[in-house]
This record gives sequence, C-alpha cells and structure tokens, in this order.
Amino acid sequence: MAPLLKLQNIHKRFGPTVALAGVDLNVDHGEVHAIIGENGAGKSTLMNIISGVTSPDGGEIRIDESPFCPAGPLDARAAGIAYIHQELLLCPHLTVAENILLGTESANAGWLRRDAMRTRAGELLESFGRADISPESRVDALPLASQQIVEICRALAWRPKLILMDEPTSSLERGNIERLFAAIRRLKASGVAIIYISHFLEEVREIADRFTVLRDGISVQGGDLTSVSDDQLIEAMVGRSVEIIFEHQRSGAREEILLSVRDLSSPPMLQTASFDLHRGEVLGIAGLVGSGRTSLVRALFGLERPVRGEIRVSRSVRSPTVREGKAVADAGASGTPHERIMQGIGFVSEDRKNEGLALPLTLADNITLTRFELCATAGWISQSRQDEQAKQCMQKLKVRAFGPAAKVSSLSGGNQQKVALGRLLHQDPDILLLDEPTRGIDVGSKADLYAEISRLAESGKGIIMVSSYLPELFGICDRIAVMNRGRLSEARPVNDWTPPKVMEAAIATHESLVRGPQN
Amino acid sequence: MNAVLAQEYNDRKAGLIRRLGPFAGLILVVLVFAVLSGAPERYLSLGNLRVVLAQTVIVATGAIGMTMIIISAGIDLSVGSSVALTSVVTALALRSSWDPAAAVLAGLFAGGLIGAMNGVVITSLRVVPFIATLGMLGVARGAAKWLAGEQTVNPPQTWINQLAVTFPPRSWMLVAPGVWLTIALAVLISLVLTRTVFGRHLFALGSNERAARACGIATNRLKIIIYASAGLFFGLAGVLQMSRLRQGDPTVAVGVELDVIAAVVIGGGSLSGGEGSILGSMIGALMMAFLRNGCQQAGWHNYVQEIIIGAIIVFAVALDRWRHSRA
Repeated sequence: MAPLLKLQNIHKRFGPTVALAGVDLNVDHGEVHAIIGENGAGKSTLMNIISGVTSPDGGEIRIDESPFCPAGPLDARAAGIAYIHQELLLCPHLTVAENILLGTESANAGWLRRDAMRTRAGELLESFGRADISPESRVDALPLASQQIVEICRALAWRPKLILMDEPTSSLERGNIERLFAAIRRLKASGVAIIYISHFLEEVREIADRFTVLRDGISVQGGDLTSVSDDQLIEAMVGRSVEIIFEHQRSGAREEILLSVRDLSSPPMLQTASFDLHRGEVLGIAGLVGSGRTSLVRALFGLERPVRGEIRVSRSVRSPTVREGKAVADAGASGTPHERIMQGIGFVSEDRKNEGLALPLTLADNITLTRFELCATAGWISQSRQDEQAKQCMQKLKVRAFGPAAKVSSLSGGNQQKVALGRLLHQDPDILLLDEPTRGIDVGSKADLYAEISRLAESGKGIIMVSSYLPELFGICDRIAVMNRGRLSEARPVNDWTPPKVMEAAIATHESLVRGPQN
Repeated sequence: MNAVLAQEYNDRKAGLIRRLGPFAGLILVVLVFAVLSGAPERYLSLGNLRVVLAQTVIVATGAIGMTMIIISAGIDLSVGSSVALTSVVTALALRSSWDPAAAVLAGLFAGGLIGAMNGVVITSLRVVPFIATLGMLGVARGAAKWLAGEQTVNPPQTWINQLAVTFPPRSWMLVAPGVWLTIALAVLISLVLTRTVFGRHLFALGSNERAARACGIATNRLKIIIYASAGLFFGLAGVLQMSRLRQGDPTVAVGVELDVIAAVVIGGGSLSGGEGSILGSMIGALMMAFLRNGCQQAGWHNYVQEIIIGAIIVFAVALDRWRHSRA
C-alpha cells in the first residue's frame, strides 16, 4: 500500500536561520511513527509544515499519492490532519464540550444543539476512560492533566486520518499515559496514522513502530524501532555518543542546614510538608503530576500563601544582592517572592511560558532580569556588561541562539528552558527551587543541565528539584521525598529508594483510583 | 459519576452567584437612593422609572453592541462619534423627505459601515482595536460635522421622535417604545451569544484567539462581523439620540463610549475577553442611570455624581477580581 504521507527533501529557513535542510519522511496508514531529535533539530517546524501553519521553501509533500500544499491550518484539517500542540491551546472560559467541538459544533441553522454536543463530547471523554470529566465544566476549573485530555479529545473530534502529537504526555502521569496509549492503539487499529514526538525513549519504544531521527534539520536515520538500541538512537540524535548522563558525585551534602520547613500547608494542593535542606545537597521531590509538588515550591518562594507551618531560612544563606552587613529580616512562612530573592532563594517555574520567561524580551534581558544590579551603575544598564554576562551564561548552558540580543520567543522550547535556568545562574542564589527543569528537553541538553546542577551542589548550593522523571531523580539527587495527595513523605537517602518504591509511595492508599477504568 | 454531578452543581452555583452579583448591586443602589432622596415613593414611582429608562436607553443599546466587542477581547472608542454621525445621517435623510423607516435604515447602515471599517482596519491593517477605533473617533466626528455643515440639522416631526420620549404615545405601553425595542434586542442578542455557533465562536475568540484559529474559525472574518453588527447597535443609539433631541447634532454624545464601556464592565465584562453578558451590561447601564437620577433627586451637585460613578466602576471591577481570586 502507498504511504499515507510522503515528504521528500523538505527545506525551510527563517531569515538567516536554517530550520530544515532536507527531511524525508514516510508514514503508512495505521502506523505510529516516532520523530526523535534534540531541541532545535526542527521537529516543531516540520509539524508546522505538515499541519499547514507554515509552508516549506522547497521539497514535496504527498498525501495518498497526490501533492499536498496547504494554504493554512484549515486546508490541512480538511485533508484529515489534526495537530495536538505541546502547549495547550484551549479557551479557558468555555466549557469542556465547547472546547472539544470548537469549530465543529452540533447546530441547527446556527443554533447550538446542546444535548447533542454534550453527548458527543461525553462519548469522546468516555472512550478515553475519563467519564469523570464533565462536558459542562469550564476548562479553567480543570487541573492541567485533564486540560490535556480535552486537547487530545478535540483532535479526535474531527475524525482525522493523521494525528500529529507533540510531546502529548509532558503533563500526564502514568494512569493518563496508559489511557492515551490505549486510545492510540485503538486509532491505529482503525487505520489512523500517528506522528509521535517525545523525548522519552521508553515511551517511544512502548507505542511507536518506526522512527525517524532529525538532527540539525536533516533526517539522519530511520527504520524499525526493534532494530536499534537506545544508545544508537541517542548517538544518532546528538551525533556523538553520550556515555554517562548521570554522573553526579554524591559527596557534596554537608551538615549545615540551609532551609528548614515544618508542617507547611497551602490548600487545596499542599496538605503538609516537612524537611531540611542541607548545604551541597540535591533534594528530589517525586510524585504524580497534580499531587502538590508545584504548590510546595511555589509556597516556598512566596507565590502561594501558606495557611500554616514554618519556613526557616538559615542566617548563613545570603543573597549576593544584599550588601555587606545589611541583614534581611526573617520573612517567616509568608514572604513575598521579592523577600525570598533577597534572602538568597531562586526559582525556575514549570510554566515557562507564563511564569518562567518574558518571551518578547531578549535573551540578555531575561538572563539578567532578577539581578540587573550586576550590570548597572546607579540604575543605568550597561549594554556591554549585560551582553557579556548573558554570553557567559549562554556558553555555560550551551544555549543555541545567534546572540544575547535574540528574542527568547524565537528560541526552541529546550533552549528557552536553558535561558530560564540561566537567569538563576546569573542571580546566583544559595537555594535553588527547580520545578521540572528538564521537561521537554532533549537528551543532550539534559546532560548539560545535570552537569550544571551537580556543579552547583558541589559549590555549596542547596537544590530542591521537582521531577516526574525517575531516572534523573535517582541519578542526580542525594535524598528523595515523595508527594502523595498533598502529603510529603520523609526525605530519605536515594540508596534507600528504588523506582518501584517511589511509585508505590506516590500512589499508595488510592491505588485503585489511579489505575481506574482501563477498557 | 457522583463527582461529575457534584462538580456540575458547583459550576451552576458559581455561575448563578456570578450572574446575581450585579443584580444585588443594582437593588442596593436603588434602595440607598430611595432613602437618600427623602421621597422614596417618588423615586420608585412609575413616572420616575420612565425618566430613568428613557435616559438610559441610548447607553443601553450601545452597551449591547459593546458587550459583543468586549467579550471578543476588543474595544471600540468611536461609539460617541458614531452616535453623532448616525443621528446626523438620520436627520438629513428625514429633511430630504425620506420615509421615516428609510431614514432609520440609513442611520443603522451608517453605524454598521463605521463598524465594518473598524473591523477591516483591525484585521487587514493589523492595527490594535484601541488605536483603530481611537482614529475612527476623530474621523467619524469630523464626518458628522462636515455632513451637517457644522450646525444642527432640524428634520420634520415624525413617529421617530416618539421612540425615546419620557411619556409613551399610548398609555398602555407604560414606557417609551424605544425601551421595549431595547429590551427585545437585549433578549435576542443574549440568546445569540449563549445559544448559537456564532456566539460561542465570539467567546472562543475572546478567550484564546490562537486556539480559535487553530480550530478552523475564520477569526478575521468573525472580527469584522462583530464590529459591524456592534456598529448597527451604535447606529440605533444614534437614531434614539436624534429622537430624544428632535434634531441631528454633530457635537452630541461626546464621551458616551466611556459610559457604554463602564456599563459592560460593571456588568461583569472583562477587557481581556471571554467574559461578559448582555444581562450584566443592561444592569450596569441601569445602575448608572439610577445613580445619576438619584443624585439629582437628592439635590446633589453634578460633580458628586461623577465622583460616585467613577468610584462605582472601580469598585465593581475590584469586587469581580476578588470573587475570581476566591473561586
């Protein structure tokens, strides 16, 4: 049978930047095809071309043998192509049903048929095993993971023959991932093809049949997933062999306590958390998405107001911005982010689009934002000093961009994440709160970030790292604590844990709920 | 399944509270001024109700159009100028001895045309609505003065003059025909916004424009339709303005857009889009009218009204933010 989608020698450049320099891709009917590549390898550009958002400069696209050159997303949709974006594209004020059926509403001469819409949306949610999401709920009242389900159901509502999925699992936990995979298998059985982008090789192996590796805008390798090893895939992605990703020397933790937290509570998500953070230590916070991990770090940084509990920052923690001899008053449990920064605490949000970065500003502005003092004299910013300092951070983290004057919005997701961490390096706090710092980042960049985090711990910083990715927690942390429905377990040395034990602690006592219905 | 029901119950409850909030504010204003005026029976009488409703009918029709624009995350600053221009156009048509119905249609058409031009400038020239309509504020006002030869236009008396009078032509009508017309249109547009595909697309556009576009909604065409249909309502406001003054005045209705926007915002509309309702906007318009009327009845100076209305706008929005933060 002829392939459903056939791309030949696709080229695309944006101004001086070459995004794609020769991509070939064949996707068959009823196939799950994985696209693997580092950040900035051109995956998103390729998806935008297939979905009609941008048009290629050169090359040919064929769908079922006939040439395909969409003028916009509508043409691609008419051709049966649906695109599930990595970042959610929902209307927060509308209901679940209205979002799922947006653009394809059930109507009678323009008047909505609410019952029919409710039924259609309900069926899609049910086919996903998520009948617990009400079609009448407003989307902004749902947790992130449920919103992602709504986004996926919306793509299915069009009955497409090809679905592009860009990191669909990035904010899902295991139960929902299994439901997604079950849905993908059902779609596949009915002849729908899926292009699946993910950084998790385990996931790719579980769901995909064939793969194509992109590197620097070129399709460098492709074939059956069963015929290659993980090492070979990683080598094809980065163009060199990454032997050891996790090489943290666990000798850094010292006696001195930097941060002491007792019975901290910030409802509805965070019920109680107690721990000490030592100098030179990486403390990992594991747990399911939505278990209250994010609430914990946000409360520590003053972005949420705790109702109870104690946060004590050691007197020895000093922000470099504080001038000699000027003590910072103890902010207690309810300090503002400004007070926390003055105390020497830094924070990287999991939500880089809304909280992590100022996307329309330049790299240099973003990196120096929390500590302009370092490149300014009497309030006047010195452009050359700012650029110099930004460049240092960019080199340290291997940020791929044409210079400190580049707008952050023009960077790929992974490079943006590096800039968010770069801001913390520039701020140089003693305590670092990192919420999912490597989400959506390719293997090479992850290795760069792990090395930097280890170096920071060695140099005497205290680091709290929230992550859903167990291998990285086990590779990099000295101690791990597990969040389960808002309750943080005791922090125990990493050698006391095993991945199954962490999972058990994360889902204990509501195991049946998490497994849920699995048609 | 119980969780779904409980969630729906909570959603409904929250929706009800959100809708009842402005109502409570209106009742509070009426009660407070009934007492302050010193003569509650006069303040609450049918006669005074007629005065208040006739006074508010222009802002209320404008607010119907503005609600559509604000829900879609837009803004229109050219309302006052549109009202002046359309009142002049209607008066000119009457003076050239057009049939009154044709003159009304001419006024509506002029309003729709201005709105469509706003929409085209916003979409094809990609000028943000604030600036595009700020420009139109000047253009339409100038055009009104040019058409009217810089003086008022005095048309012959027709049935149009009875649309927005304080005392209705037939006593069984209770209030002016223009008031009934506004109520009927408010009900119609309220249904359109909540029950039609067009209405939901309008909310989707204001809630997340990128998502709306990704879902295949022709957002540019939708915007032009929204501004043009809102323009029809501003045109109707112009006709009512002509009806009240019995003449077309190119210098009338300066700053009316701010009253109209205030009505929408007091009624729960959000300038960042996705939120607002016709019922809320109507209550907002009524609240301001009762306030003005109450201040007059209590014999307060004009400046007191201005201060109170200004404070109410800020207070209404602050209350809304507070409710949101608790939800």
